[in-house]
Amino acid sequence: MADSNGQRVRFYQVGSFAAGNRLLDPEQRTVQARMDRSNTLTSGHRACQGCGEALGARYALDAAMRATDGKLIAANATGCLEVFSTPFPESSWQLPWIHSLFGNAPAVASGVAAALRAKGREDVRVVGQGGDGGTVDIGFGCLSGMFERGDDVLYICYDNEAYMNTGVQRSGATPPAARTANTKPIGREHPGNAFGQGKDMPRIAMAHGIPYVATATVADLHDLEHKVEAAMGLRGPRYIHVFVPCPLGWGADSADTIKLARLVVESGLFPVFEAADGEVVAVSKIRRQVPVEEYLKPQRRYAHLFGDPPRTDVIERLQAIADANIARYGLLDGDPA
Amino acid sequence: MKRPSGGSTLTGMEGLRPTFEVRIHGRGGQGVVTAAELLSVAAFDEGRHAQAFPSFGSERTGAPVVSFCRFGDTPIRTREPIAEPDALIVQDPTLLHQVDLFAGLRPDGYLLINSSRELAELGLEELRERFRPERLLSVPATELAREHLGRPLPNAALLGGFAALTRALRLDSVIAAIRERFGGEAGERNAAAAAACFHEVEHERAGVPGA
Amino acid sequence: MLRQLEGSAAVAETVGLCRPEVVCAYPISPQTHIVEGLSDLVRAGKLGSCEYVTVESEFAALSVCIGASAAGARAYTATASQGLLYMAEALYNASGLGLPIVMTVANRAIGAPINIWNDHSDAMSQRDCGWIQLYAEDNQEAADLHVQAFRLAERLSLPVMVCMDGFVLTHAYERVDVPSAEQVDAFLPPFEPRQVLDPADPVTIGAMVGPEAFAEVKYLAHAKQMQALDAIPEIAAEFELAFGRPSGGLVRGYRSEDAETIVVALGSVLGTIEDTVDELRGQGVKIGALAVKSFRPFPLEEVRIALAGAKRVVVLEKALAVGIGGIVSANVRMALSGIDLHGYTVVAGLGGRPITRRSLRELFGRAIEDRLEPLSFLDLDRERVEAELARMAADGRSGPHAENILRDSGIVAARSH
Repeated sequence: MADSNGQRVRFYQVGSFAAGNRLLDPEQRTVQARMDRSNTLTSGHRACQGCGEALGARYALDAAMRATDGKLIAANATGCLEVFSTPFPESSWQLPWIHSLFGNAPAVASGVAAALRAKGREDVRVVGQGGDGGTVDIGFGCLSGMFERGDDVLYICYDNEAYMNTGVQRSGATPPAARTANTKPIGREHPGNAFGQGKDMPRIAMAHGIPYVATATVADLHDLEHKVEAAMGLRGPRYIHVFVPCPLGWGADSADTIKLARLVVESGLFPVFEAADGEVVAVSKIRRQVPVEEYLKPQRRYAHLFGDPPRTDVIERLQAIADANIARYGLLDGDPA
Repeated sequence: MKRPSGGSTLTGMEGLRPTFEVRIHGRGGQGVVTAAELLSVAAFDEGRHAQAFPSFGSERTGAPVVSFCRFGDTPIRTREPIAEPDALIVQDPTLLHQVDLFAGLRPDGYLLINSSRELAELGLEELRERFRPERLLSVPATELAREHLGRPLPNAALLGGFAALTRALRLDSVIAAIRERFGGEAGERNAAAAAACFHEVEHERAGVPGA
Repeated sequence: MLRQLEGSAAVAETVGLCRPEVVCAYPISPQTHIVEGLSDLVRAGKLGSCEYVTVESEFAALSVCIGASAAGARAYTATASQGLLYMAEALYNASGLGLPIVMTVANRAIGAPINIWNDHSDAMSQRDCGWIQLYAEDNQEAADLHVQAFRLAERLSLPVMVCMDGFVLTHAYERVDVPSAEQVDAFLPPFEPRQVLDPADPVTIGAMVGPEAFAEVKYLAHAKQMQALDAIPEIAAEFELAFGRPSGGLVRGYRSEDAETIVVALGSVLGTIEDTVDELRGQGVKIGALAVKSFRPFPLEEVRIALAGAKRVVVLEKALAVGIGGIVSANVRMALSGIDLHGYTVVAGLGGRPITRRSLRELFGRAIEDRLEPLSFLDLDRERVEAELARMAADGRSGPHAENILRDSGIVAARSH
């Protein structure tokens, strides 16, 4: 992020751009600092303290509303976001919003887009959204169909790496070694979720050759906003995968949400990048690389790795994954992008 | 609003011909289903009620296929397969002796077989005793199709033969239906094949006593 | 205009005349000709601004319709059998949200064993999902019911299934008076949604509803179906006025007023039944038929009135509730509660087995002499069933049922070595 003098502005201590927002050009400032922000996901929802998904959704949708001048319709999958945002008889949504089923949000979004096309209202845009379970597992077929058809939908996946709303069960996005309700560390052969499983959803999206794919986290909310705005400047299927810590599900402090998001990026475990038409076009470099332990330790879902004796064998495998990501995406300065 | 339908057993409806039922046998890919549909369109063009449907198999070339057509002067309500046809058309003689094609053919029914061989040569001599011999004919429809279409697709040709043999439909109705379905060059050639087959059957009938 | 054409083609054209804005297509036998026909119409530019969306599953097909309908578009899809089951979750979602989607179900059996031929098990399996279910007796009615269905669905804000027998109707050529665009436009006004996703006036659709309000929301679907008991005959009457022929409605009696025996059925089998009724009437038998045209809502009162004077009722149905018996007959029994007559359930035509006049003649002959079991199966080969049951009792590794029975039937000759 650069200010109008081209000088790169960094904020190590705070870990966000909150204090530095006023130093940026007006167009680059966060939507949240504006009086006229949409508050698309407005206050009063029932999310947990420190919920990464609520934070990510608020920023993403307000950015989308700014980009579309408020002409936006959202289709939401079943999951935490849908549940905590619409506790009967209230709703936190200040845009037209539909929740149908767990596995069909991308198809519902496609249907809304088709209706708008039929009515000649292509000025109104469509966002589909869901958690990792609804996107990577049960919604996978519909998502792939939406990509394949070229439907004009931005789909945002809020990835907290498990089926949280039903009690923290493993999904196709759960990382190796993570404890969930059905991947408990039992005995030496089961240190949490298995290695060698899981779907790399951003790369699967890229394989469909869609116009825009990006990953983001709630540690860099400006980046998330920019990516949403960039996506809304395009037509066709677009996919943004947002890493959103879940304090309750991960056994983390609710005050650590943004810190954990920063650490996952700095460790290399979650590469942040953009892709267009199937090829990576930009990456966010790691500013200060950290060993994976620094990321894992504050989360009780990895506590079994730090017992007596610690599972250094597992931690090494996780580090290998991080190193492979760093190599593949060129995440360190001096690395080719 | 729904009036009782005709069936071959219907009596008391003066001036109305009873419903005529045709069963067509062939193999997948030979246009057996199209043939039944064309008969129904021809009947419709004559202002009659008609129903056509196949024996509903999966799409598979070469498998035995049966299609049905009923036509008459009163609305047709029944949907069952035709168990007692007034006429049988056999598009593929290799089905003879493999499948019981003649099941239910009425004693005064018609049989038209696509073959350049006589009934006796096809091993069907005994049919002459069971049915009316002047109503059983074979006609080389595939050869006629080859001649007029350049392809061995006998279904349209056989419909011309059917018209000549049974007189249940007029040749011009059959030809109109063929032209409407296939259109253009293909329509003309198929129509020509049908007309040729019509005349071939007329010719054969003239030579058969009792016809 | 009166034409001789395939049932599917008549339906496709008529649906096209209803000016759908979003059509979703996932192919399954025997509905394929309908969605193909609509695709041709869209590509030829005949459907104006209609979006034709090819989806990756039936679940997606109905989901796309849900999104489209919620955004204010007239939405349509078609399916059968396994496809209907695959969208089961979405069926309940559409009716619960009150979205006026219209869908053709080309009735087909449900596997296993896999079978592509006609019976009613698909629609019957979803009889309680909240959709209105209308059954067509012939292709004229199949086409006409779609026009009525859009009007009915949009009036009540409830989705409607138009059921037509797969292959028997979809693939049959018969005469249909395909309406004109002017006629349909006069009968069917543009879709005015009761709820719509519109940035100018945002609403939240599909919120979670807990014990404090779920029953009321759910009851609304039932209340709407009760309203449909009036709306269906009203719309049918208006249709007859506008198009000049009776079509649809709740029930239709055939020679049933003075009948001692009444045969109740749904769909195209009624044609064959009526022919058989005529034959028996010709022999002096006081027999008639009752066509149930709206299965959901089930017209309890109309059925009761039609059957109350009979001595016996034979319900001939193309589906089986495994473990108990008849489905339609259970509904008919409810209508007859308190009335004393003999009731018989006959399960027939499963998996496309033809229902013949000969079998019906024999069946009705036994019925009028009360020589029927309460539950019977028309043309069932009991010997083959007994043979397989015996095989199972004798051998723990008796093998797959379907293959065994096919082998016994002589349909397949292969044997293991």
